[in-house]
Amino acid sequence: MQPVLDEEEDTSRADVSGEIRLPATLEGAGPLPASAEFVIVGGGVIGLSIAYYLAKRGVNDVVVIERGYLAEGASGRNGGGVRQQWSTELNIRLMQESVELCRRFAVDIGVNVWFRQGGYLFLARSAQEVTRLEKNVALQNRCGVATRMLEPRQALTIVPELDLTGIVGAAYNPTDGILFPWPFLWGYARQAAAHGARIFTQTPVSGLDPLNTGGYLVHTPRGAVRARRVINATGAWSPKLAQMIGVEVPTFPIRHEICSSEPLKPFLRPMVSELASGLYCSQSMRGEIVGGITIPGHDSTYGMGSTLEFLATYARRLVRLMPILGDIKVLRQWAGPYDQSPDGNPILGAAPGHPDFFLACGFVGHGFMMAPIVGKLYGEWLTGGQPHEIFTRYTLDRFSGATAAHHEKEDFNIG
Amino acid sequence: MAGKIVLCRCEDVTLADLEHSVSRGYRDIEEVKRYTGFGTGPCQGKECLAAVATQLASLTQQPAAAIPPFTSRPPLSPTPLRLLVRDPGAHRFPDDPPDPAASEQEP
Repeated sequence: MQPVLDEEEDTSRADVSGEIRLPATLEGAGPLPASAEFVIVGGGVIGLSIAYYLAKRGVNDVVVIERGYLAEGASGRNGGGVRQQWSTELNIRLMQESVELCRRFAVDIGVNVWFRQGGYLFLARSAQEVTRLEKNVALQNRCGVATRMLEPRQALTIVPELDLTGIVGAAYNPTDGILFPWPFLWGYARQAAAHGARIFTQTPVSGLDPLNTGGYLVHTPRGAVRARRVINATGAWSPKLAQMIGVEVPTFPIRHEICSSEPLKPFLRPMVSELASGLYCSQSMRGEIVGGITIPGHDSTYGMGSTLEFLATYARRLVRLMPILGDIKVLRQWAGPYDQSPDGNPILGAAPGHPDFFLACGFVGHGFMMAPIVGKLYGEWLTGGQPHEIFTRYTLDRFSGATAAHHEKEDFNIG
Repeated sequence: MAGKIVLCRCEDVTLADLEHSVSRGYRDIEEVKRYTGFGTGPCQGKECLAAVATQLASLTQQPAAAIPPFTSRPPLSPTPLRLLVRDPGAHRFPDDPPDPAASEQEP
């Protein structure tokens, strides 16, 4: 099942025995360099995307420090959805660009990420939900996203297996899609490394000491790195890293569970999601039905255990919506943490009063889909480009001071 | 030769695939699972985990005891969704219909 990497066909790099020998992308042992222009903490998709774009733009000493193994956090645990159906213009426009980057990913990065644009179909069971979808669709249309409202019977032409009982409306955008998250990380990691970045796994950050000259001394069990700038890309763990320098990040982890079925012949084109329960499911390119549901009222936790409550709740709502799926078998379930921000939007830019400490967190379960564009914009900005709007609007100080009441909320976080 | 030695039958992962994974730095058993796909098929590692761990130990020059199994995931064996829909542990949403009587539910 391993996606084909272009290097495997690059016989110019083969030795006399025909074996292709390349330097390891990941360094799980050995000392860290004494200094770096950027230390990115967190080897998830956000950190690796930023590392790739910085390295590609000529920063030749980028260091990524990952506490555990690559894809250990939410980047390796999500459903791989990539959508443009959002409720604010900024997020819609960001995701239009991210979808374009996903479309080009295999060519640009050289890894097959099994990106498939089968659309997203959102289903409403109440008039209020229809109104909410209609408002979002109008905004999406103004941004050039071809989402359209459907009558329930029209939804059947897209997913004939739906039981329409209780469904009163739907929104469908055919250019939303899904991808396979893991190779996305390998691709960014490999290309970042090819451009000179170094990626250290199994390396927890144990302390951050501000330096008089600016920057930080980043402490780890494998030695300390003198970093000119630090980027916090630790997802749900972002508040903990920020606390090391006294910065309060108001996000908190929410465990979300997800499961995967046995592989089936391809039949389900779009991601299907039901607003009332946060139920979602899609069919991956491996043929598995991958999906989850939001069970309300759970406490904030870093725990990643699996529960029967989740699987039973998912089964109950999914089989109600698509009765034919009652016979499919679940192979495995797992969990991962959303990094929940107060207003549903990410937190980006330098921390107030800490010009060398940058945040890339608070993505509320959609960090994966936003990583391509956020990494690109970060790379452009931190190599001398003008700051994109996200770095002036999605700042940490929006939660305090005079502007706190005016910022826009994103209310379309699903799953 | 290593390309002919199958370690994971569900996902067709060979010793050569494992060697490639290790050579790129993907050496943690959890990374190897994700990079090669071993243990993600119907058996969920029940057949292949020991074989992969043994070879991984050899390739990374560690004692086999130093390599823990990857996190096992429920359910214990592939389980039809139908068997779960009336579980009393399921969360009930406000718009959930009442449970059908058992006689209507079972095929």
